[in-house]
Amino acid sequence: MVVVTINPITRLEGHGKISIFLDEKGDVKRAFLQIPELRGFEKIAIGRHPEDMAQITPRICGVCPWAHHMASAKALDDLYKVKPPSAAVKIRELAYNIFMLEDHALHFFVLAGPDFVIGPRAPRAERNVIGMMKKLGAETVKRIVLTRKKLRDAEALIGGKPVHPVMALPGGVSKPLTEDDRRELLSVAAAGLELADTAYKLLKDLLRNEEYVKLITGDIYVHETYYMGLVDDKNRVNFYDGKIRVVDPKGREHAKFDVHDYLKYIAEHVEPWTYARMSYLRTVGWKGLVDGEDSGLLAVGPLGRLNAADCMATPRAQAAYEEMYSTLGGKPTHYTLAYHIARVVEMIQAAERIKELVEDPEITSPDVRSLPTSAPDVGIGVVEAPRGTLIHHYEADERGLIKKANLIVATQNNVARMCLSIEKAAKMLIKGGAVDDGLLNMVEMAFRAYDPCFACATHSIIGRVPLKIEIRDHEGRIIKVITNVD
Amino acid sequence: MNLPAKVKVAFYWNASCGGCEEAIVDLGEDLFKVLEAVDIVFWPVALDFKLEDVERLSDGEIDVAFINGGIRFSEHEKVVKLLRRKSKIVVAYGSCAHLGGIPGLANLWTKASIMDYVYLKAPSVVNESKTLPKEITQTDAGDLELPAFLDALKPLGQVIDVDYYVPGCPPTPNVTLKAIETLLSGKLPPKGAVLGASARALCDTCPLNETKPEKLAIKEFRRPHTFIPDPKKCLLAQGLLCLGPVTRGGCEAKCIKANMPCTGCFGPLDNVLDFGARALSFIASIIDQRDEEGIKKALGPIIDLVGQVYKFSLPSCPLRGLIKRKEV
Amino acid sequence: MSKSEFEPRIVVFACNWCSYAAMDLAGTSRIQYPPNVRIVRVMCSSRVTPEMVLTALAEGADAVLITGCHPGDCHYLVGNYKTLARYTLLKNVLDELGLGDRVRLEWFSAGEGERFAQYVRSFVEEIKERVVNLQASTPEGGR
Repeated sequence: MVVVTINPITRLEGHGKISIFLDEKGDVKRAFLQIPELRGFEKIAIGRHPEDMAQITPRICGVCPWAHHMASAKALDDLYKVKPPSAAVKIRELAYNIFMLEDHALHFFVLAGPDFVIGPRAPRAERNVIGMMKKLGAETVKRIVLTRKKLRDAEALIGGKPVHPVMALPGGVSKPLTEDDRRELLSVAAAGLELADTAYKLLKDLLRNEEYVKLITGDIYVHETYYMGLVDDKNRVNFYDGKIRVVDPKGREHAKFDVHDYLKYIAEHVEPWTYARMSYLRTVGWKGLVDGEDSGLLAVGPLGRLNAADCMATPRAQAAYEEMYSTLGGKPTHYTLAYHIARVVEMIQAAERIKELVEDPEITSPDVRSLPTSAPDVGIGVVEAPRGTLIHHYEADERGLIKKANLIVATQNNVARMCLSIEKAAKMLIKGGAVDDGLLNMVEMAFRAYDPCFACATHSIIGRVPLKIEIRDHEGRIIKVITNVD
Repeated sequence: MNLPAKVKVAFYWNASCGGCEEAIVDLGEDLFKVLEAVDIVFWPVALDFKLEDVERLSDGEIDVAFINGGIRFSEHEKVVKLLRRKSKIVVAYGSCAHLGGIPGLANLWTKASIMDYVYLKAPSVVNESKTLPKEITQTDAGDLELPAFLDALKPLGQVIDVDYYVPGCPPTPNVTLKAIETLLSGKLPPKGAVLGASARALCDTCPLNETKPEKLAIKEFRRPHTFIPDPKKCLLAQGLLCLGPVTRGGCEAKCIKANMPCTGCFGPLDNVLDFGARALSFIASIIDQRDEEGIKKALGPIIDLVGQVYKFSLPSCPLRGLIKRKEV
Repeated sequence: MSKSEFEPRIVVFACNWCSYAAMDLAGTSRIQYPPNVRIVRVMCSSRVTPEMVLTALAEGADAVLITGCHPGDCHYLVGNYKTLARYTLLKNVLDELGLGDRVRLEWFSAGEGERFAQYVRSFVEEIKERVVNLQASTPEGGR
């Protein structure tokens, strides 16, 4: 028995570890993705003032705090049965799209970008942010960095600070926007559209490379699962609100429901070798880590959303959406690497939506708070985090404190499929005990496509997921070490 | 102690949300200036994270180790102890490493109650076999290991000797830059100092400071969602529980600028034993009531007092293990 | 540890003007009361901060008793109102942390030597009765 351990300290809301077991022939018997992370936020919630949840839950993730902030805000609106004024909803949606654009951009340009722009087969030494700067030119990179700062500053303008915002309250937002704010945000909107365009042009360049398209549409990175995402009343992708829609591997609508019914559709499975609960469709059932129509495994996030919806909600994004599906041979698309393409399509929608909302005269209305009048009871809210569907469910006691909380956190919906992706990549690439450097990048790509919550440029200055493979013989002695880090 | 020209730096995170990493990224262009001055020798998510490589460094070879996140798992404890040996200076970066942070509120519960809810009782969980995550799982292919979830979350200083602290959840870019500048300046403050932030309470630099009355006398506190405050007047004077008077400043009052009260993430000022206790004292001192009934009425809708005063600092409370942790 | 073996250590904060005088009176009158108390004199009960109470508990006290002048009799006029407010809030937090029954506030005038002794007698019994040694009952032993 030979054990191959890939131990990245990369972050899925924490650290992640991959272990690959080889059989006597040297082929892969099993591969596991373990998430050794738990902090207990559902217990931390108990006894808290409900409105504090909007600031407590973002501490689940400092990369997507806005997702938790908004899911919490919506759950709180529901908890108190209070309807925010229209301007408050628009401000929340504006901040949210700014965040989506900024977050997707971080992943695309810094994490995934090097694979695209420089090419998956290029030498490791060049396939990083430094290489990006050479290829894109210092000018373009400088504009990207400045635009990111503009977007972060816009988040601070609306929400207090970009990491762990404070503006959302049950019934509205704490701060209206002034005309000065709006003027600043107009320039942010323009910069945002330019950023999305830059990403799109890069993507189109990439898709002209046949070798890369072959990689995307090849056998290694493909699973036929169900897909889930929020859609509006016209079945268009919506990040902030709507109904949850699920399509089956053939693209047929399997379910469309209000988040209040989520327990009828979504369940979570526990395995002893990981701290993350794995969600799946209750209506189909847990059949193990397998894909196909009979298995309840899901995919969420950009690929999940685009597959589950009928179209995008803004024109340029819609054009990109159509181009994506025509390139990939139809809808739904099961190619995991299509996540990267879907992410750019979403960047375009986020940018267009920012402009729409900033140009809406109601965005500067001073009426941004409705005061709750009922006692808090049960509240469930949903948003689409960059990584997927995010549900916050709170229940309050007779003192008005949280007595119970349940959180279905975006990446959880993808964990099972990620396990599949890693096992499949390992099984197809490691044969007869032959393990080489090429393997590393290929397995990285299976993992990275989902953008599991470790998108942070500090660790991506070098631009890749650090992997180490330790090959041990049956007595646990290391006989070979392969690493992608020099 | 003078630091060499190109400072050897290490980064590590424990139970962290990633916000402290984002804080570093938010340095923007200044980040590149910092990178020019330092030589990163250990950064688990960017460079070779293997512990054996760190073990191969000589003791004290790393000049400064920045560690964020609370100690929640056995793995964290192991790595920070190693980093302590190999580093001249250890900096606890961010609220979790400094005080325990929001995840520290889990210390109100027993480990068993957390595991029980998360994996067995949560409404969406289907787990008939009552499976719980285990440190070793035997599969048909081999054994899988998970690190142990420790009984309590600890801030960094309760596990290793810490030289300096950088406060905030997360530390702001300005605070981070000032802290790094201080460390690179070669003129190091006394051990145990909090770097980059102010020595005075937040009120001192709050834009609403001028409207704060000389003598505060609260008849009844109010919760943020129950009224619309005047954004140009001291929030505390309007009855919001703003912890500005007992919280270290330096954050540029970002929350107040969004019309929300301070929740205390920068922690206590110097020579304060316990943030929560100091906050309780301050709240009591501004309540304008003379009998128990009146005091309770003034506290009014603030029912979760622990959650208000210990939001970021419960693990640092001297009571520590004396706290009766709840089972249900 | 059984009830008969356990001798709680109780820290008593006494204000210089009324409550310490009461304790002095108990002493000079030879009124017996259990030796479990360690008396710390402060100028006013409002000098006692929550931090001091937490320190006492963390450093090994099984219980803390804060004493002062009756409301209206404070030597500094309003100090004991502040004490009452601090104590009320601290008790709220300590109740939540499972330690509320170990901290008390009681007023004593300078002439209440017997009453103080009686209070200590019953407080010590109560602590013995209801509270197993603080250190022994917790997994980490307090530190």
